[in-house]
Amino acid sequence: MSADAITDERLIGRSPLRRLLGRPELGAVVGAAAVFLFFSFAADSFLRASSLSTVLYASSTIGIMAVPVALLMIGGEFDLSTGVMVTTSALVSSMVSYQMTANVWVGVGVSLLATLAVGFFNGFMLTRTKLPSFIITLGTFLMLTGLNLGFTKLVSGTVSTKTIGDMEGFESARTLFASHLTIGDVDLQVTILWWFGLVALATWILLRTRVGNWIFAVGGGADAARAVGVPVNKTKIGLYMAVAFCAWISGQHLLMSYDVVQSGEGVGNEFLYIIAAVIGGCLMTGGYGSAIGSAVGAFIFGMTSKGIVYAQWNPDWFKFFLGGMLLLATLLNAWVRKRAEASK
Amino acid sequence: MSAVLAAVLGATLAGCSSTGGKRAEERAAKAAQGRAAVDTPRWTFAMVTHSGDGDTFWDIVQSGAKQAAAKDNIKFLYAHDVEGNKQAQNVQAMIDQKVDGLIVTLAKPDAMKDVVAKAAKAGIPVITVNSGSDKSKDFGALTHIGQDEVIAGEAVGEQLNARGKKKAVCVLHEQGNVGHEQRCEGVKKSFKGDLENLYVEGTNMPNVQSSIEAKLQSDKDIDAVVTLGAPFAPTAVKAAQQAGSKAEVDTFDLNAKVADALQKGTLGFAVDQDPYLQGYEAVDLLWLYRYNRDMLGGGRPVLTGPQIVTKDDAKTLAEYTKRGTR
Repeated sequence: MSADAITDERLIGRSPLRRLLGRPELGAVVGAAAVFLFFSFAADSFLRASSLSTVLYASSTIGIMAVPVALLMIGGEFDLSTGVMVTTSALVSSMVSYQMTANVWVGVGVSLLATLAVGFFNGFMLTRTKLPSFIITLGTFLMLTGLNLGFTKLVSGTVSTKTIGDMEGFESARTLFASHLTIGDVDLQVTILWWFGLVALATWILLRTRVGNWIFAVGGGADAARAVGVPVNKTKIGLYMAVAFCAWISGQHLLMSYDVVQSGEGVGNEFLYIIAAVIGGCLMTGGYGSAIGSAVGAFIFGMTSKGIVYAQWNPDWFKFFLGGMLLLATLLNAWVRKRAEASK
Repeated sequence: MSAVLAAVLGATLAGCSSTGGKRAEERAAKAAQGRAAVDTPRWTFAMVTHSGDGDTFWDIVQSGAKQAAAKDNIKFLYAHDVEGNKQAQNVQAMIDQKVDGLIVTLAKPDAMKDVVAKAAKAGIPVITVNSGSDKSKDFGALTHIGQDEVIAGEAVGEQLNARGKKKAVCVLHEQGNVGHEQRCEGVKKSFKGDLENLYVEGTNMPNVQSSIEAKLQSDKDIDAVVTLGAPFAPTAVKAAQQAGSKAEVDTFDLNAKVADALQKGTLGFAVDQDPYLQGYEAVDLLWLYRYNRDMLGGGRPVLTGPQIVTKDDAKTLAEYTKRGTR
């Protein structure tokens, strides 16, 4: 790990092709290309610029969360509370703003603190109790689901929040979280920028910083990492807080986009995030994966779910097609990775 | 911790909004307060529905039921579960508690058949609400209160004809819900143009939006979008704007945002089945049955809808949708 280990075999130059084949997201990229080609032929309207922006939007709402979920999986942990955490974050900022008749930005700020607190809770409980993350975050998932409903009903009297669309600060908050940019005749949702930004940031952290090394080390083997001085607990708590931060972004998008939040939403989305990360090359066992991969995974998901609509297939079979496409993409991904590893 | 709290409070005080929010609501009228108007014994009535968690529609049904319960000196219990067998278990639990009356929905009729028969056998009067009007009598219920989904769908189809629509999409937000299928079927029956079904993930709003967007982009001839639940209507409007489509959005059911959008003209019309009435009437009829052996309409289904709500009606209804009773 020190700079003078220049003779390390890992640092010996490799051909660019070899290096490309070793990337975790390669399989996903091939899968994405296959899905893209498939729908280009199967659906007439799929290749239009406006359609692609819709696909990108669908991908971005999953992709924003898939980035930190991928980092967390590289770090060897799971989070099942992500789907409802997004809803929690939106509910908190809506209710704080509404009930206190405060500027919307006050709600947004309080929500950031509250969401980060949930992330910290997950990480802290995990490192303290040594229970598997599956159990800890399953607990959080259930508690948040109950809190979302119970609290909203208690405070608002109904199960959805009141509209905050007419309150001060809403327009500027909407600009940041839910506006869209028109380029030519194509409408791009701002979430796509958030998504690309987060992917870039996460990639930089993973590949160029010490924290990135810690994440890989923690996921590869926590005890070995601890032995060489990696702050394992801090890294894990940090990862959970990164998940919370992105849940906050997604939650604010949900709120600013629709200005009312249904308290029962979000259940089940945690799997979409995990699926995107896994398709993107993250190993379920940790220590391997990439942020770009998670983005490609989210893109495959967005293409598949919207491509079925563009192709105008019988909607009764929607879920079946979706499952089949996902399975195929993942198999192709695994196959490519195996070939790549064999040629190393 | 206290520093954070102080900062939050400080920011809150400094950052008050002069528009909207709770204070604006408090200025508006309050919902009626309830007090028992009769001195019959305090019977216990239970309602068990197929509602998912946090469904606004069932919230309104409950508030109707609670209002009637307060008036009729009734102790009101409520339970719900989307899964048929769990809903049946909930009904069984209510029977075990020896309630004096039962209100159930029959969205998944097969799962409910046995347990409703059990209730009738135990001498508990049962009224079905919302869904299952065709099964209600066979299962031994006294009557059914709700909207006939097919008739409601037909009303929508006729309204679309009147508006000169040629191609419509029916947006189903819960795959496998019989009532939803019936609604779209009804629309198809009376609508002279083309109707296609679109399934969306109801628990994931961005998915709902992007799916409708994709549908509208793939077929530019679509000139009407029909959503099956009020929360999905504003989302469909956004999707149409985003897709650059001129399609009119119409919806089943009503809420504050829908009433608002109807007034603004961003929504065409809504077809309301008055959930408040379903809850209110169910409790009230059970009370009448216990007190006087009355049964409205001789046990034939009592329809609470469909009522077509347009721009003009929306204005008068806005106040009630805001307090959550319409």
